[in-house]
Amino acid sequence: MKLRILKALLKKEITLMQRNPLIPKIIIGMPLMVMLILPLVANLDVKDVNVAVVDNDHSSLSRRITADISASPFLTVIDVPLDHSGAIALVEKGDVDVILTVPPHFSRSLAICSGNASVDIEVNGVNATKGMLGGQYVSQSVLSTIKGWREENGVTEPTQPTGILYLYNPTLNFRNYMIPALMVVLLIIICGFLPALNLVSEKETGTIEAMNVTPVPRLLFVLSKLIPFWIVGMIVVTVGMLVGWIVYSLVPAGSIFLIYLAAILFSLVMSGLGVIIANRSASMLQSIFVMFAFIMVFQLMSGLFTPIGSMPGWARTITYAIPPRYFIEIMRAVYLKGAGFADLWFQFLTLVALAVLTLGLSALTYSKRS
Amino acid sequence: MKSNVEKVISVSNLTKRFGSFTAVDHISFDVCRGEIFGFLGANGAGKTTAMRMLCGLSRPTEGNGRVAGCDILTQTEMIKRHIGYMSQKFSLYSELTVDENIRLFSTIYSMTDVQIMEASSRLYAELGMESMRRTRVSDIPVGWRQKLAFATATIHRPDIVFLDEPTGGVDPVTRRKFWEHIYKASSEGMTIFVTTHYLDEAEYCDRVSIMVDGCISALDSPAALKRKYHADTIDEVFRIVASEAKRDE
Repeated sequence: MKLRILKALLKKEITLMQRNPLIPKIIIGMPLMVMLILPLVANLDVKDVNVAVVDNDHSSLSRRITADISASPFLTVIDVPLDHSGAIALVEKGDVDVILTVPPHFSRSLAICSGNASVDIEVNGVNATKGMLGGQYVSQSVLSTIKGWREENGVTEPTQPTGILYLYNPTLNFRNYMIPALMVVLLIIICGFLPALNLVSEKETGTIEAMNVTPVPRLLFVLSKLIPFWIVGMIVVTVGMLVGWIVYSLVPAGSIFLIYLAAILFSLVMSGLGVIIANRSASMLQSIFVMFAFIMVFQLMSGLFTPIGSMPGWARTITYAIPPRYFIEIMRAVYLKGAGFADLWFQFLTLVALAVLTLGLSALTYSKRS
Repeated sequence: MKSNVEKVISVSNLTKRFGSFTAVDHISFDVCRGEIFGFLGANGAGKTTAMRMLCGLSRPTEGNGRVAGCDILTQTEMIKRHIGYMSQKFSLYSELTVDENIRLFSTIYSMTDVQIMEASSRLYAELGMESMRRTRVSDIPVGWRQKLAFATATIHRPDIVFLDEPTGGVDPVTRRKFWEHIYKASSEGMTIFVTTHYLDEAEYCDRVSIMVDGCISALDSPAALKRKYHADTIDEVFRIVASEAKRDE
């Protein structure tokens, strides 16, 4: 009997979804947009560092240093000003990120007393990430030019400069880091906020009252709201993985089953939260504002864009209460490192606990009586 | 009121407060089976709030009572099996068709497929809505929507039907026809509990109560009320009783 009622309610939800002018477009359009466009734009790779070289040496070596910098795909020599103040002017105008100053007689002193010659690298630190990486790029380029020049002149380096090997994401492609996490954003919206908006819209049209005055069990009513979005959520995760594979050649290094398991658990947590918000809101506008606050905190504190490790201690403590944190950790670990359940049991168990908590609260706050 | 008649609604000292505002103030009354009970009152007198408490949509602050044999404090989900409710605001799913709405609600009332088939074809024939079965509710005219809402509220043959201003915004001819449906439902044994602003409609009721400022100020048959207040119409009775009101809208 109950199953029959649930079926009838689900049929109603699906029919209404199909007839809604917006929902089918959101369901299809949003995942594609997020997966196709965001990885290209939400990008912290530093690729276009502008350099000014103040060459006071005018030697073959200093010209070679400049040429090598120009040859780097990430660095562009914008100008070769005559003096340092000219270079600073360029930085102030915003045209230049890094100034490389080669002192007079640089190549000669390098040849005579090796190790005692040095160049100056000055970096515009306003954009911290770009400044840091840009400075490193320039310094590496200069070092390798000098090394090559010395070898040609018969000096072999006694020590190799330190080399770094990047594990799991060998090309340090920021996209590989972002794609698994972007699916999290999709699930927050589709499994958390769409059903909540759906519930509140029934409040606004008054149809929820027509339902509340019938003997419909409230659990079935809420389930009928959530189940379609859970299914849509799983479709979106699948589409997301396919797009990652086809467009960015990114396939999970670990088990796909774990990804789905995490996605289901996370969807439960988010829909519980969505229903709580809906139960507490009288209008769409109100619920949208509350959701907006949540999504801000989720995006900025879940480790999606900024590493949790570099947050202050108190903020790190708060992130333990932020559900997307666990899902993002699972997604990145399974996708890039091929982590298994043994490595991620803490994240999975926390998601289970959060799901029980939010769904329980959502059932408690939903009342057919005011 | 005859004492040998079964009481389907019986409340005493029913009260609803919203903060310091008392919307419904200790009202007590009984409604008998098969009766058409008119619930009158000015805007803001507390009619809808009282009705929502009877339907299990709103929790009473004080008082107790029984509706369809069930306690209004503890057995609200049981009450809901035995009542139909037509809200003031049209509240069927406007993007579903007439048929889809009827099916949804009758399934919730645990009717079998055969029962739903029979009940809906009877309804469509009575209301003359056969041709609209597959029309979306948003596309049918307002007068028809009211009829459909009434049909949905009575499809499961409830003991009591609560109608909250069922004829708001409807032309006089359609209103008249609507009351024919109410009479028909009543003759089939359903108890009708109806609020209205149209005082000519009050004349159609077996008994009417007039609410003023959250209290029931008058309750009797239309004829008895007219005698008591030396009035020719319920309209006049209403004016006399409602003039005591101190509350703004």
